[in-house]
Amino acid sequence: MASKPGSDRSAQEGGRGFRGWLNRRMGLDDLLRQALDEPIPGGARFAYIFGSGLLFIFVSQIVTGVFLALYYVPSADHAHTTVAYITKQVTAGSFLRSLHSYGASAMVVVLLLHLSQTYIYGSYKGRREILWLSGCVLFGLVLGMAFTGYLLPWDQRAYFATAVGTNAASEVPLIGETLKRMMRGGADMGTLTISRFFVAHVFLIPACIFALLASHIFLFRKAGAAGPVDEHPFHPAQATEPFYPRQVLMDLSLTALLIIGLGILSFLIPVPLGPPANPADTQFVPRPEWYYLSIFQWLKYWHGPASIIGILVIPSILVILVLALPFLDRGIERRPWKRPIAMGSYTFVFVVLIGLALRSQYLDSHDSGIAQQLSKQKSDEADYMRQPFEPELSSASLAAANVALADPLAAKGKTIFEAQSCNACHGDGGVGTAAAPKLTGIGTKFDSQKLEALLKHPSPTMTQGGMSPSELNPDDLKALVAYVASLK
Amino acid sequence: MTGTGEVSNNPPGREPAQNTGAMQQAANSGRRSFLGVLVAMGSACVGALLSVPLVRFAIFPLIRQTTDTKWAPLGPLTDFSSLSDPAVRTIQIEQLDGWRRAVSEKSVYITKDAQGRVQVLSSVCPHLGCTVPWNREKKQFACPCHNASFSPDGARIAGPALRGMDTLESKVADGQLQVRFQYFRQLVSTKEVIG
Repeated sequence: MASKPGSDRSAQEGGRGFRGWLNRRMGLDDLLRQALDEPIPGGARFAYIFGSGLLFIFVSQIVTGVFLALYYVPSADHAHTTVAYITKQVTAGSFLRSLHSYGASAMVVVLLLHLSQTYIYGSYKGRREILWLSGCVLFGLVLGMAFTGYLLPWDQRAYFATAVGTNAASEVPLIGETLKRMMRGGADMGTLTISRFFVAHVFLIPACIFALLASHIFLFRKAGAAGPVDEHPFHPAQATEPFYPRQVLMDLSLTALLIIGLGILSFLIPVPLGPPANPADTQFVPRPEWYYLSIFQWLKYWHGPASIIGILVIPSILVILVLALPFLDRGIERRPWKRPIAMGSYTFVFVVLIGLALRSQYLDSHDSGIAQQLSKQKSDEADYMRQPFEPELSSASLAAANVALADPLAAKGKTIFEAQSCNACHGDGGVGTAAAPKLTGIGTKFDSQKLEALLKHPSPTMTQGGMSPSELNPDDLKALVAYVASLK
Repeated sequence: MTGTGEVSNNPPGREPAQNTGAMQQAANSGRRSFLGVLVAMGSACVGALLSVPLVRFAIFPLIRQTTDTKWAPLGPLTDFSSLSDPAVRTIQIEQLDGWRRAVSEKSVYITKDAQGRVQVLSSVCPHLGCTVPWNREKKQFACPCHNASFSPDGARIAGPALRGMDTLESKVADGQLQVRFQYFRQLVSTKEVIG
């Protein structure tokens, strides 16, 4: 056997022992080297830490989200009860839900920092058009995650914020109404809306994020790190430093900060759950999460025919300008102080967005009616959080079964049904047991005469199963038939 | 960026220079891998710490009882002190199953056991689950389905049942008799709870 020289060579290739074997099979060392030796022109900097910070929050959102799904049920009947169960009953449930909720806000914050850094450093320049585009789409997807996730607890705040959000979509000319119905799964918000938002939040958008994230990282590595503002976007010339160890440690410091910050926040100020959604509530004043406050305020200014400008034209222009940025701004200058137009428009948009959000807050606090209602909503939430968890009454329960007995004849039949021990084999409410089949819905199969006949003269199959012929007087038999026929 | 020790003058994308002294390279890689071990261990510790709430969240149903049947009141114990016939009471059974609860009705018998102590019997026949009525004339429980019969204390007399009528867990609190309803497996000779 010529195995010895061969094994020697392969042992040299990837190292010895189990690690060597793994390396030869999987190329782990190569992969690790590829990841860690990424050259950074100009060396490691704290300005570059936001991308991996986002990656960490994304992973944290996946983990907490998957765990929350252990108890969550996406339906208008159960969503709120299950979230209340998570928040009030399950160990660490309030903490994990808060982590997930605050994580969403942290995601938007770090995303804005990442975007700002890329923009200010001019890092989108130099053959990085697709990289920039994938980042823009990722931004949209993250906002989509925040929007769809917000509805899922199905409390007052969630319900009405999403009602307003989906209503805004209907303002879009021509397709607006269809868009709204598509999002809601009908004209109104209901259990189909939850299903749709759940599928988007848990399957569709995460799948898109995975794909785009992979391409974003791939494109980033392909183009190479952009480096500091005085680096050439196409031909980096500055001395490089590998990603590991200094940049890794800097990135990890942000991760540690996020873990500590989100952990302390979730522990000390758990995210509240409000009372269950009540669509009939006409008093409720909906307010979006902080990251949608600017858009919310902006939409307030546009009504009637002019709304097409504010709701469609201006945002579309803005989105197109942002997407097309690396195609429009072709100069190789990256230093912000030499890019007055870019920096001016960035500052302008940022100031407008913050101004709109502040304006919204200002108006709320200076309208005594709204301020009062908002503080009432807050105290309602606090009240609801203080109440103990109330389990949901299952639909198969007694209370539900008794509702159907409005007919006095059927009600009399129920007492006979129980006195004759019919329920013994056919179960309470005729739901069926191991001993005998269910009777629910039998009224649609047989008419009263047939049922009476069967009770007096059971079929051979029935007799075999233990059913004995009825010896009731005609009145009682009629009542029993009325009851059996009413079973649903 | 000349001040940072790790910065090398290689063009981007290239491996670290080959001409560096072998000893320096070895020292470099030694320091890097030591740091790597530190980072890996730190991450593992933080990860372990973070997984504590996750694990507690996931194993909640193992530690706390999430399914439960509540105690149902039957009335003051004095009502049952002088029983000639078994007394029948309809109780509301409230069963808890995670975040939902179900309420159903079931009848139970309050009787005296062989030693004369108050006990509560399930009316569900241990044969095939029919409701067993009390036969006043014969002074015995007689199942209408397959003629199983039981003595007033629930012991099996005759018929296809493989065991006597099932006693239910009961207790007296503030002079009130209370019972916890349970279903038992049918067609077996021993009492096995099925929920």
